[in-house]
Amino acid sequence: MSSVSSDSHTWNLVFLQLLLEESGHEVVNVGACVPDDLLISECVAHRPDAVVISTVNGHGHVDGKRLIGRLRDVPELRGLPVVIGGKFGVAGAADRGYAAELAAAGFDAVFQDSSDVRGFLGFIESALPPASVEAGVG
Amino acid sequence: MTTPARPSFAGHVRAVAARGGLVVQPRMGFADPQRMLAGLLATKHADATTAGTITLDSYTRVGDFAAVRAALADGVDLNGYPIASLDPFITLSVLDGVGHPGFPVQVRHGSALPSAVFDAMVGLGLDATEGGPASYCLPYSRVPLTRAVQSWASCCERFAELGELGFEPHLESFGGCMLGQLCPPSLLVAITVLEGLFFRRHGLTSVSLSLAQQTHAGQDLEALHALHALAAEHLSDVDWHVVLYAYMGVYPRSRRGALRLLGDAAALAVRGGAARLIVKTVAEAYRIPTVAENVEALEFAAGVAARTTVDLVPEDTGLLAEARALVDAVLELDADVGKAIVRAFAFGYLDVPYCLHADNMGRARSYLDDSGRLRWSSVGRMPIRADGGGERGALSSADLLGALRVVERRYDEGEPDAFPDPGPDFHDRRIGNRA
Repeated sequence: MSSVSSDSHTWNLVFLQLLLEESGHEVVNVGACVPDDLLISECVAHRPDAVVISTVNGHGHVDGKRLIGRLRDVPELRGLPVVIGGKFGVAGAADRGYAAELAAAGFDAVFQDSSDVRGFLGFIESALPPASVEAGVG
Repeated sequence: MTTPARPSFAGHVRAVAARGGLVVQPRMGFADPQRMLAGLLATKHADATTAGTITLDSYTRVGDFAAVRAALADGVDLNGYPIASLDPFITLSVLDGVGHPGFPVQVRHGSALPSAVFDAMVGLGLDATEGGPASYCLPYSRVPLTRAVQSWASCCERFAELGELGFEPHLESFGGCMLGQLCPPSLLVAITVLEGLFFRRHGLTSVSLSLAQQTHAGQDLEALHALHALAAEHLSDVDWHVVLYAYMGVYPRSRRGALRLLGDAAALAVRGGAARLIVKTVAEAYRIPTVAENVEALEFAAGVAARTTVDLVPEDTGLLAEARALVDAVLELDADVGKAIVRAFAFGYLDVPYCLHADNMGRARSYLDDSGRLRWSSVGRMPIRADGGGERGALSSADLLGALRVVERRYDEGEPDAFPDPGPDFHDRRIGNRA
């Protein structure tokens, strides 16, 4: 779990970590203002079942698109399930188009301005390989 | 370098406070210089005693100037004004346009390593900014605290040199706003006082100390009184004032709730003796507010403030004693306050609940008691006592979400105001006029 490179918000990360842990998942919280290179090296090191990107500062449509492109350039991360959620632009309702752009850029799921916890957890469950579902580890 | 002129930012706040007024200030920042100028002019001409704000963008905050250049080249809308990347003459024309330095302007950024920001401000003759080695590092960056302390020390000294040119450089500590919400105010008071001491140690002679409105008006009032008491004890040889931030957490979504929360912040500022208030707008829960929404917030807050008098002595629940214990324990760690702050976080003498930074010990935890006050469930290694809630279990995600949203819900669901309403249909009338 991580924010994007320019986003310092952390309450979203603290909440999502608790939520995922309560669902039985193990979480590596990389924190705020995570440079692309750091997130990629963390992914390579931990080989997570899924990556959760949460961002609310309004730069998410730029940082998110750049990040997913760089992440997909790394051969061993090409098939890694990656979800992004939050506020992606600075204009509120006028930012609706960014969700489709982020999905087209390579995110497997996009939750914009959403409190769809069930949908989010459902995505995480669907991303897990069968063995780790049985073990209850994410 | 522009020629200094009176009043300085600090002088403006002093003059307003001397006549019993409150300076209200937005958090405004736009990437486009014309829009920034329009925002500053709207702030200046609002029906309120204001100071202008230039809030910088997030790429500038983290020092990613390549991303700023790319965004400017591609026409991407940044979330603030990229002061260090624009031609200084553009910014000077913005400042001239608003009548700076006659009209005071503060630069707000959030940078743990702010040298480029300070370079730009000094070059432009901007005399007021905010931040601090701990308050801009721990919540907002991955920068090691020792590096932030070094960087802020040299930036303070550079900024203080403006004093030799006839300016009155003013630095506000953001320490009273750590993580925005769920930090018991005794720790906020302690951190902002310590940062004020750090600024003075590095040459500043005019500082402000901050506090963010939290979850309980009585506790916030007590915190403001504690902040004044500790500032008077520790900073008597420099110019200082207190700035209150309207609630920084999850904001009410309803227009009425958002304005009522802002109104309570304005009343709290006056009752607690703050000289300046940073406002929030009705758009806060959704997006970056427009200029008009900021003007509405400034005028609404000023209206409430004008109807409020200083008449309350808060209940003493031990907040001042707790803040004093933290400050004293930290100052004993090293004769140099910057080193003392670094050691304090390393030892866990200062420990911000829910802060993810690697240099924050992360053992302290807070909770909301039944009265709505923020309290400690665990103090970690801080030299204070937990509030009898030491055996409470960790918050679940639902508990945390509930605590994060308690103010939003309270104001959206229309519980009684903490302080009396400013008057019949105050904001509706104003908006009607505007339309």
